[in-house]
Amino acid sequence: MQHLLEVNDLEVKFGLRFGDLTAINGISFSLDKSERMGLVGESGAGKSVTGFAIINLISKPGFISGGRVMFNGRDLTALSDEAMRDIRGNHISMIFQDPMMTLNPVLTIGTQMVETLLAHRSITRTEAKSIALEKLKKVQIPSPEKRLAQYPHEFSGGMRQRIVIAIALLTDPEIVIADEPTTALDVVSQVTEKIAVMYAGKIVESGPTDQVVNDPKHPYTQGLIKALPGSLQPGAKLNQIPGMMPTLTDIPPGCAFNPRCPLSDTICRQQEPPFIIINGATRRVACHMAKPDPSNGTT
Amino acid sequence: MIKTWQRFKASYLLFSFKQDKTAIFSFVVLLALLVTGLLAPVFSPYDPYDPANIDIMNSELPPAWMEEGEKAFMLGTDIQGRDLLSTMIYGLRLSILIGCGAVILQGVLGVVVGLLAGYLGGKIDAVLMRVADIQLSFPYLMVAIFISAIFQVAFGIGQYEDLAVPLLIVIIGLSEWPVYARTVRASVMGEKNKEYVEAARVIGLNRWRIMFRHVLPNTMTSVLVISTIQVANAIMSEAALSFLGLGMPVTKPSLGSLIRSGFEYIFSGSWWITLFPGVFLVLLVMVINLLGDWLRDVLNPKLYKG
Amino acid sequence: MTSDENGLLALKQVVKHFDISGGLLDQLRLEKGKITRHRTTVKAVNNVSFTIAPGETFSVVGESGCGKSTLARTTLGIYPPNSGKILYRGERIDNKNAQQMLPFRRKMQMIFQDPYASLNPRKTVMQTLEEPVVFHNPSISSGQVKDRVAAVMSNVGVDPKWAGRYPHEFSGGQRQRISIARALMVDPEFIVADEPVSALDVSIQAQILNLLMEAQEQRGLTYMFITHDLSVVEHISTRVAVMYLGTLCELSPAKALFNSPRHPYTQALLSAIPKLGRKKSGHIKLKGEVPTPINLPTGCVFHGRCIHADQRCVEEIPEERTVENKVSVACHGVEEGRI
Repeated sequence: MQHLLEVNDLEVKFGLRFGDLTAINGISFSLDKSERMGLVGESGAGKSVTGFAIINLISKPGFISGGRVMFNGRDLTALSDEAMRDIRGNHISMIFQDPMMTLNPVLTIGTQMVETLLAHRSITRTEAKSIALEKLKKVQIPSPEKRLAQYPHEFSGGMRQRIVIAIALLTDPEIVIADEPTTALDVVSQVTEKIAVMYAGKIVESGPTDQVVNDPKHPYTQGLIKALPGSLQPGAKLNQIPGMMPTLTDIPPGCAFNPRCPLSDTICRQQEPPFIIINGATRRVACHMAKPDPSNGTT
Repeated sequence: MIKTWQRFKASYLLFSFKQDKTAIFSFVVLLALLVTGLLAPVFSPYDPYDPANIDIMNSELPPAWMEEGEKAFMLGTDIQGRDLLSTMIYGLRLSILIGCGAVILQGVLGVVVGLLAGYLGGKIDAVLMRVADIQLSFPYLMVAIFISAIFQVAFGIGQYEDLAVPLLIVIIGLSEWPVYARTVRASVMGEKNKEYVEAARVIGLNRWRIMFRHVLPNTMTSVLVISTIQVANAIMSEAALSFLGLGMPVTKPSLGSLIRSGFEYIFSGSWWITLFPGVFLVLLVMVINLLGDWLRDVLNPKLYKG
Repeated sequence: MTSDENGLLALKQVVKHFDISGGLLDQLRLEKGKITRHRTTVKAVNNVSFTIAPGETFSVVGESGCGKSTLARTTLGIYPPNSGKILYRGERIDNKNAQQMLPFRRKMQMIFQDPYASLNPRKTVMQTLEEPVVFHNPSISSGQVKDRVAAVMSNVGVDPKWAGRYPHEFSGGQRQRISIARALMVDPEFIVADEPVSALDVSIQAQILNLLMEAQEQRGLTYMFITHDLSVVEHISTRVAVMYLGTLCELSPAKALFNSPRHPYTQALLSAIPKLGRKKSGHIKLKGEVPTPINLPTGCVFHGRCIHADQRCVEEIPEERTVENKVSVACHGVEEGRI
């Protein structure tokens, strides 16, 4: 079966004065129609870069150095700028961390929404306006007719974020990529069906959300979940993962997580762990210490 | 000291400098001009201020490679018979001196005013910035005419020659300080709401210490950037004033006064007296501006984050 | 003894409004052919009173824009209050001048939200950390200062050999540790922490929260903790104050608040806490939008969004009333037994 979006071995590098840095190191995942997937990880793990890479918006000095992003059977990494603009306008939208990245402060939100629509569809201004109104209603903006004539600064932070969502939904895209600044693991776990955990530019664990959160297999996922304050008696010492995520310049050899890992062994310092498939191919873990299903082998 | 040097060697500033051919070229030319100017007595073949070196018979000699030129005067002589090259090098020194002096004066004045206005805000801000607006609405030529007129009445023309340099520094310095004040004020208003300033207040530091020790160092990047442009501007202002006869006297010519003195003879064929100082001036101002542009690109945090 | 009944720190009917109307020309408006003068004020904190006991962690929660950060800064005297009193160990501190405040500055410190803005980028860690000590003890020798800096740095988990580095050479979590070290340098009794972990990732957040709890244990610190993250609040607080539009709606011991929230706003807020692996359920949806603090609603500030609101709520501002053991709520409905 063909997936709506299929990311295969995607690799993103940044060309810097002392050589290329690998920001995304061969990640793969797929997304089906109306499926919700969460990509979680600490800031710097490569979540945002992945999002930008999917819509081919990596800005210099970054570049996609390998892999494919298949959308409806087309490889997005190989599309022309023109074709890519159509994809971004009509098929895949992105909601940025900062609403002011999307909103132009000197134009009313009505103008911005109508212009966006007119740029991608051959409809009249009146039709565009009614679509804009409908989307604002959808994200529960009160009295949308009045709101169309207002400027971004006249909205509260929460409203602004909703308007950005309305703009992302404007052209009825098939995929919406929402970019968040921090590791909102608890929030993601509530709204997604599957989840992929990223660490230092790689996916270390993926699978159905409830399975991953309730029975994490990778020591990093386990650490993240245990570090949440909600899981313990008030006042108790929180389980912390020692140290911090390596920066792109000093990713350790072997498993990138090994210096912080309680289970770390010699093999972890020498070899990159392969993906191990568990629970009948729905879950994958990249850890030397994880036990594969007896029925499946490693990939 | 060694640490600072090492930090500089690893810095983005040096890296992007080495990448930029225009910056390297400008820097080399500027350095050469500065050294030549500041060490004028070493580099110039004659001392143009020494009357013993001047022979009126040598006046208006063309450059050495021309038919009537003499080997002793490579770029020819001016109307008074001074070696043009030597006079230019001494003039370069004066131009650099006045340019830098004026910028230091406007910088100090403007930075202090901008810092006070931006940090204290309210009425102080309103008053100081209105003063700056008024200052900017006076053309500096008018200020120059006023001040030199008052000065000449007060001290007599004889004194003017000796005091022309500080006078020009004051005139140009006074007329341009609002440029600094505005830039620094804008930058201070951005910095003063940052949490490190609040932290300093929680510690109990008084406002002067916060202003000068915490906020001021963080506005220095923008000060540095406008300073390059302001030095170039000040040199041009000085040249313009001298050209109009309001600047350096002919006995102690700056590049501007040399251009002026040659300008009167340009139609009698003595083009070199105007052309060479003119080229010198353009070169000097151009390399300063090129360096300033490069510096602005490198230090601009918005471009830098990219 | 007044110092007992006032706790370590007490706020009494504190009001903080900001005038944002600008210059005189901006204030003038033409209305029905007449020029009138309009002033615009943001009513950030309105009539807030509470007492913080020594050694406790007092949390203030609320959505962004509810005035909790202003409250934090007003408490420490960064903003002078428009009216009301602030007492530290029974002594009024809101009317003191900078000189008279100095002894209190050593006792009260602050930790900030943004680890990138809270350290002066032009100062090394050493310079940042030694400044408060030297400022408050001018006679201290430079050797003593260096020892103190090294001790506090290792205390917060930053290697003292990095003291010569600049903030940009550190990660967000390390900067937050340095920021905490700066607050600890003067050996304070009371620390206001304004969203100290909101900008940090989960694994780093746990490290910083542990550090704060350890420091509290070792030094007997009292915290005023400002945050919007309710699971953090539940974990670390002794008592919690819930703030909405500049007003306190509920003040209870943490356990009581999370077990049985009384105020309709608290109930809605708590129903929205995301719990790991649990699908959304029972989320109370509030109607309408948060009004702006420029035009505060009459009566109870929450009435426009409250399903229990009646005529009294529109007209009369509810007062903080103790409902039971240490739980106080400002709500007409709770008072009348309707909720």
